[in-house]
Amino acid sequence: MSEKLRYRDPDLAKNIAQKIHKITPEKRTIKFCHVCGTHEWTITHYGLRSLLPDNLEVIAGPGCPVCIVPAAEIDEAVQVAKKGVVVTCFGDVLRVPGSQASLLEAKAEGADVRVVYSVTDAVEMAKGEPGREFVFFAVGFETTAPSTAVEVLKPPPTNLSFLVSHRLIPPAMELLLGVGDLQIDGFIAPGHVSAIIGLKPYELFPKVYRMPTVVAGFEPIDVLMAIYMMLKQLSAGLPSLENEYMRIVKPEGNPKALEAMAKAFEVTAGNWRGIGRLPDSALTLRKEFESFDAHKKFGVSVEQGKDILLGCECHLVIIGKIKPSQCPMFMKACTPEKPVGACMVSNEGTCRVWSRATIS
Amino acid sequence: MCLAIPARVTVVEGDKAKVDFGEGVLREVNVSLVEPKVGDYVLVHAGYAIEKMDEKDALETLALWDEILAKN
Repeated sequence: MSEKLRYRDPDLAKNIAQKIHKITPEKRTIKFCHVCGTHEWTITHYGLRSLLPDNLEVIAGPGCPVCIVPAAEIDEAVQVAKKGVVVTCFGDVLRVPGSQASLLEAKAEGADVRVVYSVTDAVEMAKGEPGREFVFFAVGFETTAPSTAVEVLKPPPTNLSFLVSHRLIPPAMELLLGVGDLQIDGFIAPGHVSAIIGLKPYELFPKVYRMPTVVAGFEPIDVLMAIYMMLKQLSAGLPSLENEYMRIVKPEGNPKALEAMAKAFEVTAGNWRGIGRLPDSALTLRKEFESFDAHKKFGVSVEQGKDILLGCECHLVIIGKIKPSQCPMFMKACTPEKPVGACMVSNEGTCRVWSRATIS
Repeated sequence: MCLAIPARVTVVEGDKAKVDFGEGVLREVNVSLVEPKVGDYVLVHAGYAIEKMDEKDALETLALWDEILAKN
């Protein structure tokens, strides 16, 4: 069997599921949390929850970088676009609600907002039209931040600047441990963030919080293995940090990517939609690159935005406190065609993932 | 959005490479963070290769699974 098929082998999945049933303690509920929209997609798409014991829950934490961009930062991008500047962004950022409007609505009103596949596309566009100002709206976790950093360090053309909304995952994981009634028993750590940052940033979870933590890949067998590995740690009473995704994630991460990020950005406090302000959780351009900071270049700064609309429960979905189906708006007032909350917008948002799987 | 897709490197030109996502879907990506050779597999996210993949690593994963599942 080829490796790819092995990663999706139904017999292997059944075998692991049997072992999971055997080792799961019967007397209490076990709750594991992942923090990656792609993990939620794998779990939902392959129906992995149906293979697990009733008292073993896997919940989705803040794993969608688009969903957690605060409205104030969308508002800043809209303001820049309304000044006649070309704003470039990833496709799923386009419809994220701002306080008044999304970038898509700004585009409908005549602003020049363009979707790019990569920051490199924004660089090429700016080079192609030297007479116009361009902004790249840099959204994403540690997986995406290195690409922004590389272009900042090159340096970029002088008619390109950045609205940096990059966020860091480990501080959000630590926040979840402080949410009183969430009571997580283990973390499935995100594989592609970990490809960049390596294992070290997760060491505190088993050491300080006695929290089993397994870095996992995105095939169904990867996720089932991670769950089984955490259960084994729980049953042995020895929480530790393990790497299931060793075919991609090296213990040291990607040193070149980390170096580029450290040169271009400093770590600061940042706001997360539905969560609030988290210390040491955001990346901001270093002072020597402030000529590429679109906030300064175009004089935009929005302190406070309207993150959650009345009736929307994205703030509870984002931290895994409720399932999308427990939100009264889910697939009624809030649908992929007409999203109310940010979690229904991006393909990685928990509500959007669930909308495709007809889960009730 | 942290979705990353494996691709095979077909041409390398400095920081850039043409990669094949399978079935003939070719795209130019930036490879400065991983510096692969032609024929290598890389994991691509938002136009950037973020890590190399090799057969040895893939086989090690399968060996790890066997080891964990064998130990009860």
